[in-house]
Amino acid sequence: MDTDLGEYEMLGSIKGMFVTLKSTFKKPVTDQYPNKRRPVEARYMGFPALTWDYEVIEPYCTACMVCIRDCPTQCMTASMKDNVLYKEEKSHRRKIVDKFEINLNRCILCGICVEVCNFDAIVMSHEHEMSVHERNGDRVDLIELLDMGKRFQRDTKWIPPSQLKKRSSVSDKPPIVSPPDKDGI
Amino acid sequence: MVSYDDVPISDSSSEFDMLLNMGPQHPSTHGVFRMLLKIDGEVVTHAEPHIGYLHRGSERLTEVEQYHQVVTLMDRLDYLSNFNNEWVYCRAVEKLIGVEIPERAEYIRVILGELNRIASHLLFIGTFGLDIGAMTPVMFAFRGRERIQGLFESVSGARMMHNYFHIGGLKEDLPENFSDNISQLILRLREDIEETDRLLSFNELFVSRTKGVGIISKDLAIDYGWTGPGLRACGVRYDVRKSEPYSVYDRFDFKIPTTLDGDCWDRYFVRVMEMYESLSIVEQALEQMPEGPVNVLGRRLVRPPKNDVYMKAENPRGEIGIYLISDGSDKPYRLKVRPPSFCNLSALKELITDSYVADAVVILGSLDIVLGEVDR
Ligand code: SF4
Ligand code: SF4
Repeated sequence: MDTDLGEYEMLGSIKGMFVTLKSTFKKPVTDQYPNKRRPVEARYMGFPALTWDYEVIEPYCTACMVCIRDCPTQCMTASMKDNVLYKEEKSHRRKIVDKFEINLNRCILCGICVEVCNFDAIVMSHEHEMSVHERNGDRVDLIELLDMGKRFQRDTKWIPPSQLKKRSSVSDKPPIVSPPDKDGI
Repeated sequence: MVSYDDVPISDSSSEFDMLLNMGPQHPSTHGVFRMLLKIDGEVVTHAEPHIGYLHRGSERLTEVEQYHQVVTLMDRLDYLSNFNNEWVYCRAVEKLIGVEIPERAEYIRVILGELNRIASHLLFIGTFGLDIGAMTPVMFAFRGRERIQGLFESVSGARMMHNYFHIGGLKEDLPENFSDNISQLILRLREDIEETDRLLSFNELFVSRTKGVGIISKDLAIDYGWTGPGLRACGVRYDVRKSEPYSVYDRFDFKIPTTLDGDCWDRYFVRVMEMYESLSIVEQALEQMPEGPVNVLGRRLVRPPKNDVYMKAENPRGEIGIYLISDGSDKPYRLKVRPPSFCNLSALKELITDSYVADAVVILGSLDIVLGEVDR
């Protein structure tokens, strides 16, 4: 295209330089990542984790397989066993999770498993830095999942969503808040 | 696999012709797109685009996923306008089963969809500047986009793959601090857009690189099935939000920016103006947004009756269409996507033939393609 701007051709570059100069004196918006981490939002969806019931000292999960059927990538497996604590009448869960594995390499962090679970047993934790050296290093089993869950419960003062709903309608009993540094295993 | 020998030798070719393979990992192709260029000196005499490097079989996968799981696949079509993709799919299924979603959910969808449009256009402006050699605008554009994504994260929990629009409404209501966040965001976003606009739009170097380059005529654009900002840059006032208002778009007052020349600069400038319009839509939607529920179906398994439906919507890149056939089961029988990027890309061969190699990069950048949607 013919531009008969003549001597003004440089004006744009000078204006651009001026912007650069102005930004030099501004506070940087970048965070130096490995040294300083940005806080994530409360709703942030990291990798899924299983929660721990501090009242009964057992996982919430009953291995009912609902989340496993609903997962779009089929990245979970689980199996159940009879709950010993139920026979001792300490727990209301007749069955309890025996084995649980999630292949986090395949998980797409969609959050569907959390939505479909009826037992508040699975949460989207805030963990997202899970790169490992081995190819299958991100296949996490029950113990690791519960650890992730406990960390999440402690950091966010997690209250089971079903209790949250109950509390908003009737508030006679204080909700169970997971105690900060007590591990049940 | 196409080899170099398959490229037709035109009559005008001389022994000085050279074959240049651009892509699939070339930074200016915005993804994995490959062009085989035959060049004579600096001029492209023949171009052969190759697509399919990012083919993931999304359409086939929808046939083995339940209706609510398909939303996660729609996120990954055009990964720069995730909310818009989810939206059109959810509307298609909602039409199939005949539910009306609550008003509040409609308004929230409009707000998030329009913000997504701004984020997508901001990315376009940044990378388009980068294609031409302007390094600064991309920093400003990404800063603005980052703010929008921060808001998305607080709403849906994810920055890009949200899975937030569900069949029958939304996953959950907005977070409590949303109204504060968004009023701040709009203020800053307007500044960001104005700053990028000031920096780039009428910069002499930018204008001389883009004005008059890659001109497409109105008729040719229509013939190729162009939609979106590319078509509007040729002077066709076509926007699905106005021509067939869906959702609650008929309640807002907004203009459809058009320009006349149909060159690269026009395609750029239409998008800049569109961002201001989107901001005004967001502001109006925030004012009118009612209280109430956001979902009518909950997490129920969806089994639409035997039927088919075609639903279209205005994505940042043009008109997206979803053709969905249901056979009465809980999985779609067939889902066909009409991707705007693919149709816009189809005119590339015509556009870059007889242009300079450096301009070919500019022209491809101005089409604003997303390979995830072209290849699906
Ligand atoms: S996490 Fe919930 S849905 Fe999944 S198996 Fe355990 S109890 Fe069932
Ligand atoms: S977040 Fe999605 S992909 Fe990951 S385990 Fe849950 S349902 Fe499966």
